Amino acid sequence: MTNIIQKIRQFWDERLKNFLLGNRSDYGLIVKVLLYLLLISIGFIYLYPLLFMFITSMKSPDDLLNSMIQWVPSQVYVGNYVKAFRVLNYPINLAITIGISVIPSLLQACVAALVGYGLARYRFRGKNLIFILLMATFIIPAQTTIIPQMLTYKSLGILGSVFAIFLPALFGQGLRSAIFILIFYQTFSTFPKALEEAARLDGASERQIFLKVALPTATPAFIVSIIFSIVWYWNETYVTSIFLAGKIQTLPLALSKFVQAYENLYPQGMINIADRLNEAVKLSGTFLNILPLLIMYFILQRWFVESVERSGITGE
Amino acid sequence: MKNKVVSKKPKKIISHRSREMRTGYAFIMIWVVGFVLFALFPLIQTFNYSLNTVQVTTQGVVLNFVNWSNYQRALFTDPTFIQLLISYFIETIVSVPIILIFSMIIALLLNLKFRFKGFFRTIFFLPVVITSGPVIAELTSQGATKVAGLTDSAAMASFVATLPNYLQAPVQYLMSSFILILWFSGVQILIYLSSLQKIDRSIYEAASIDGASAWESFWKITLPAMHTTTLINAFYTIVTLSHFSESKLITYVYAQTYSVLGGIGFASAMSFIYLIALMLILGIMGFLLSYRGKKQY
Repeated sequence: MTNIIQKIRQFWDERLKNFLLGNRSDYGLIVKVLLYLLLISIGFIYLYPLLFMFITSMKSPDDLLNSMIQWVPSQVYVGNYVKAFRVLNYPINLAITIGISVIPSLLQACVAALVGYGLARYRFRGKNLIFILLMATFIIPAQTTIIPQMLTYKSLGILGSVFAIFLPALFGQGLRSAIFILIFYQTFSTFPKALEEAARLDGASERQIFLKVALPTATPAFIVSIIFSIVWYWNETYVTSIFLAGKIQTLPLALSKFVQAYENLYPQGMINIADRLNEAVKLSGTFLNILPLLIMYFILQRWFVESVERSGITGE
Repeated sequence: MKNKVVSKKPKKIISHRSREMRTGYAFIMIWVVGFVLFALFPLIQTFNYSLNTVQVTTQGVVLNFVNWSNYQRALFTDPTFIQLLISYFIETIVSVPIILIFSMIIALLLNLKFRFKGFFRTIFFLPVVITSGPVIAELTSQGATKVAGLTDSAAMASFVATLPNYLQAPVQYLMSSFILILWFSGVQILIYLSSLQKIDRSIYEAASIDGASAWESFWKITLPAMHTTTLINAFYTIVTLSHFSESKLITYVYAQTYSVLGGIGFASAMSFIYLIALMLILGIMGFLLSYRGKKQY
């Protein structure tokens, strides 16, 4: 008996312990299983809404009523997408949304680079004040400043045009500009002083040092700023809905008026019951809304994670 | 002649400094102008509106000074606003620690060595992309953000009923929007992850040679190193939660702006109170986190 126990213990010490619990160089089996369980369950939390949205959007009206069908639709049905496509006026609104998110993002990144460089490379009085004000612009909710802005734009005659969105971005007051300025500040702070001085000795002007020496080193910061900026501008609805004043539609704005637009296109009394607005059509609209961002994300995701690591978004 | 030479020398030193200053100002000028035009001036204007009743006519904006009565109305007369303000407070205070802890756990996981890392990383950063107000509103209304079965079950309802009154609202909020809360943690995970990767590996090696377990290393090395990052994340979380355009408080203020009974003056007063509430929460969180920081390390 004791012999067997001893053998088991010996076996445990020699092989099984490392195999199950791991050692310094490798995780054991139990740890690995736990790790993957955790990863998969958390991954599921994130994927669940997307899966739910995608599957529901593929359901035909019959499938929606059938309580037996939850995760596997009985057929591939794209009718919802055809309707949502029309209701959202997809091709035109997509082009507008791309314009309204990409252009201010580019403007914002350029201005943020300029301001971040100024803050990082020059000593001047009142710099701390500038940082405090920078944080203030990040904290102050859009609600607090939007009404006077709107009235000003109205008197300038640019309310309802794209300039109402572009103008603040051009002056470094776009959507969360403060974050991008801090990213560039961080990047340029680590730029070696020796390079700057070498360029100066060679007779470069301050402008040339900025454009030709410092800017090329800031590529990761540019990538991360532009990507985040596009995402945030794309998703923004509060500011855009007020500044565009209903004259220009973006996709998220069209989504928030989806029910109304649907009933204009498919009046209630005129259509048969299968074509009534249901959640499948709504979720098709939602999916069409985030699809371009998802595509961008899957293409750029490697860039995106790596450049976040390199550009030091942490901002200590 | 001699006089000139003497006076030139100190002048040159000053001009070097002041030239640097001038170049610095030139670089940030565009931002300063933007700040005055698009932040400072509108802020003052909003404060001015909040002390008046405002009418927008074809001739322009007509102001009628009413002192603090808009604030009084928001805080003491209007039943909806104060209710929404309280639930905003509760929801933010409940959400922030959950988001922070959750995003730290995910960042720690992603920092480990395992297979299919790129795949999981892609999934975990999805919330960074999908945080649009209407999209989330649509998902919530279709029930895609609830832990189905858990929230609706009778057992859960009776459990909530046994809790003391002041705990019921937060717990209910937690149950009904758990997934939603987690969806706000995309950027925070990124920030934690990049700061985790900056910790020097050799510190862990030294600790493990001295006999520290992974558990001890986490509490004694990783967590203290994450302190500043946690502050930044808390700050970021509070601000983004408060700016979320589908929040009930914001939609209420927005609705009041254009309603006959409310008006711009009243809405301006409410948005100012909201700003103060936001700063108060920032202050409380900052105080709590830095206090813990001093005690531990």
